[in-house]
Amino acid sequence: MKALRWVVGTIGELLITLGVLVLLFVAWQLWWTDVTANREQAVAIQALERGFTHDSYPTGSSTTPGPAATPAPLATLKNVPFGEAFGIVRIPRFGADYARPVLQGTDHETLGKGVGHYVGTAMPGEIGNFATAGHRTTYGKPYADIDKLRPGDFIVIETKANYMVYAVQRHVIVTPDHVDVIAPVPQHPGATPTEAWMTMTACHPKFSAQQRYVVFSKLMRIFTRAGGLPASFMTVPAGAVG
Amino acid sequence: MYGPLWRLLPGRWPVKAFLSFVLAAGVVVLCFLWVFPTIAPLMPFNDNTIQSGSPSSDPTTMAP
Repeated sequence: MKALRWVVGTIGELLITLGVLVLLFVAWQLWWTDVTANREQAVAIQALERGFTHDSYPTGSSTTPGPAATPAPLATLKNVPFGEAFGIVRIPRFGADYARPVLQGTDHETLGKGVGHYVGTAMPGEIGNFATAGHRTTYGKPYADIDKLRPGDFIVIETKANYMVYAVQRHVIVTPDHVDVIAPVPQHPGATPTEAWMTMTACHPKFSAQQRYVVFSKLMRIFTRAGGLPASFMTVPAGAVG
Repeated sequence: MYGPLWRLLPGRWPVKAFLSFVLAAGVVVLCFLWVFPTIAPLMPFNDNTIQSGSPSSDPTTMAP
């Protein structure tokens, strides 16, 4: 009888311990990852901004012409190492101060550091599809408010040499196996691209991995860093998330 | 389980309580800094990219 009491008691204590550990994990996942990732990403943004402005402007870089309407020279990024931050994404709809690093790659570790660029898709400003992924919840949640984006909203990608301004066109909600959303011509796999698009993918619904919320934007303008970005593209729209 | 641990801790009850708190805090720190970051990538809800699970860009094979 005494042995049985001991066994039952120990099992009970183990189960309580397990429950507490699961609650701890939930707290870590939902709260602590945001705390650390927000801090790290803010530091990364500062480092990128320093690197962009202080290093010498890349002269004589391969200048491929942008879309016909935007003749500003685009310094194409080539061979960015996996996991390296190469740009900053600014989205006025998400608030005037919103800025997140863009890194090469979309694995778990990279997405904890900011917005990830699908390897093999176009780089910012290029003809094709500049496809990105970001967390909707946890790890700093860079794409938390992706569902608040409206057609016409500006998305500014800042690189060492350029500002690329994309404008939101439309969104779709798909299952995670819809790789056609990151095709060079979004949703038209196999088609030859003639325009520069940007795709953003994030989890949907929030706190789930069942589906993906996907936003397609089209390149509007390219500016050189030397020329600067007109303030009108950074105007926070009415009803912004802030 | 916790009974023997309590008896193992030295000193009177305030000392035991303090040591228990330190041990629990140590477990939390260990979990936050090492255990949880290690197991997080294995969690199904942490996958948020577009991937071809079954290799196909053929829309007809997509799940509803």
